[in-house]
Amino acid sequence: MNNCEYQQIDPQALSGRTPTPALPPPPAVIRGEERLKARKKWEVFPGKNRFYCGGRIIVSRQSGVLPLTIGLILVTTGLFFVFDCPFLVKHLTVFIPAIGGGLFVFVVISLLHTSFTDPGILPRATPDEAADIERQIDNSGSSSYRPPPRTKEVMINQQVVKLKYCFTCKMFRPPRTSHCSLCDNCVERFDHHCPWVGNCVGKRNYRFFYTFIVSLSFLTAFIFGCVATHLALRAQGGRGLMFALQESPARYPFTTEFWSILGLSGFHTYLVASNLTTNEDIKGSWSGKSGSEDTSNPYSYNSIITNCCSILCGPMPPSLIDRQGFVPVETATQTSSTEMEVPMLAAKETNVCAQGTIDLLETASRSPCPQTGKPQAVVTSCPDANPAVTINPALISDPAAMPSLTCGGRHLSHTTSPPDEPRQPHQHHNRHHKTRTKKSHSSKRAALHVSSLSPPTSPGPGLTGTQHQGRGSFIALP
Amino acid sequence: MAETHALQDLQHQAAVASKVYIQRDYNSGTICKFQTKFPSELESRVDKQQFEETMHTLNNLYAEAEKIGGKSYLEGCLACMTAYTIFLCMETHYEKVLKKIARFIKEQNEKIYAPLGLLLTDPIERGLRVVEITIFEDRSIGFGR
Repeated sequence: MNNCEYQQIDPQALSGRTPTPALPPPPAVIRGEERLKARKKWEVFPGKNRFYCGGRIIVSRQSGVLPLTIGLILVTTGLFFVFDCPFLVKHLTVFIPAIGGGLFVFVVISLLHTSFTDPGILPRATPDEAADIERQIDNSGSSSYRPPPRTKEVMINQQVVKLKYCFTCKMFRPPRTSHCSLCDNCVERFDHHCPWVGNCVGKRNYRFFYTFIVSLSFLTAFIFGCVATHLALRAQGGRGLMFALQESPARYPFTTEFWSILGLSGFHTYLVASNLTTNEDIKGSWSGKSGSEDTSNPYSYNSIITNCCSILCGPMPPSLIDRQGFVPVETATQTSSTEMEVPMLAAKETNVCAQGTIDLLETASRSPCPQTGKPQAVVTSCPDANPAVTINPALISDPAAMPSLTCGGRHLSHTTSPPDEPRQPHQHHNRHHKTRTKKSHSSKRAALHVSSLSPPTSPGPGLTGTQHQGRGSFIALP
Repeated sequence: MAETHALQDLQHQAAVASKVYIQRDYNSGTICKFQTKFPSELESRVDKQQFEETMHTLNNLYAEAEKIGGKSYLEGCLACMTAYTIFLCMETHYEKVLKKIARFIKEQNEKIYAPLGLLLTDPIERGLRVVEITIFEDRSIGFGR
């Protein structure tokens, strides 16, 4: 295939196509090399995450030391079972390994839940939403200076809370939401990004995280106790403690593990009881450190029991990022990552005519509104864009993706044909590829890499998913 | 250029006049609640009381989903005891209410809003951030018939 992703789109092939549950490709595979098929939303997710099992498992790309965590737990428990259990079963009770095994299973399952669950990621604002918010900001802000204030104040339980505008996600962050720079996502009720579990800890997986550290405390305490009992029994029956220590392999790391985990559990128990997040505690948002008077936590129920129950036993919120859904091919710019092909829309509209009113409305509603948004603000944010490229501002999916347009612009400027109308860049984008692919197979792959990095500059309704490749956030190029 | 013109023609045919966004109301905390203030763009389209009733019902449904009470505690404790493995096989209370909300929105669209040239989008499709109301030009309804 000598075409970039955009080039591969064949209207005839797509017009009769309905989204079938095709197998999603592995995240690391370059999409430009594959036939176009219905893609699931996890494949075009803009954050720095990795997905497995068809989008069911989500981890941060910065997996941190998760393998080390699992390794430490396995090794510690393994040593316990091998060296302590036989002795203790003989001298004490057979329940020792049973309890140890049960705790170990609980710890591992909690850890995997924490690591593989969506922490409460907020999907990024759609272009129309972002444009609407921009318009509101500009209307409310002073026209005499730039930029207009990007904070909004709300009153929560008689407490003034400032909501900040997230420039990446193009929305005002809800209260207690923070943008994780490692995962490049806004996470609801953001606690912290934990390298030990390789994921953010937020609204949806905080209870798993808490269960993990508490059960790990119990496990390490249990092993610590069993080891101490083992040594004591050996010392009693044998020639003293020193000999007992020499007989069994040294397991001093247990003590440091135990105290650090215990400390962490204690800290998080305090946070749960006061309905605070680590982020808020560190910043001192509600402790009055900032000097303001009477700042109290507006989210607390002022009862330890209610706080604990609401956080740990409250209803499980759903995942908002809809990983399993299919990327709607007939929509223009639902999210900044939606792939859009103009011939596709034309073909789809023909099919839509035959449907009922509701279907027509629903399909059409996903088209971008041509009058919303502030075209000037969007276009001027990309001064380097190829001026010959006519881009419908309302259709620009993500102003932050403008840099990738500049890549495309620069890419096009290297071609020989003058890009004097929007269609032409598209065309000699193709020609450019065809020329390059004639050279060799390796340069063909290079062309695909390049093409996948430069978005199509045809003023189609929005940019393709390649803009994310341009940001390097999702596709790992070999 | 041809593609841009084609798209704009289609948009005129589809006639999405504008979109109105109802933002979240955080006065009661982080619970899911939408502002019930009647947007000015809808004044000529829909009855204020009808709209507010829709929003109140929607807010009540979300409150039901997020209600902290005996049932949710039971679900939470059971999940904790099974190391949260029941979430793999059981639909949570929140998910059940979300389905109810989806049915409610579909029903409201069919009965009330579509005849007026409006379309409500389920907030879950927008990450529970906004209620998106798409306003269509009147001629788009003729186009569909």
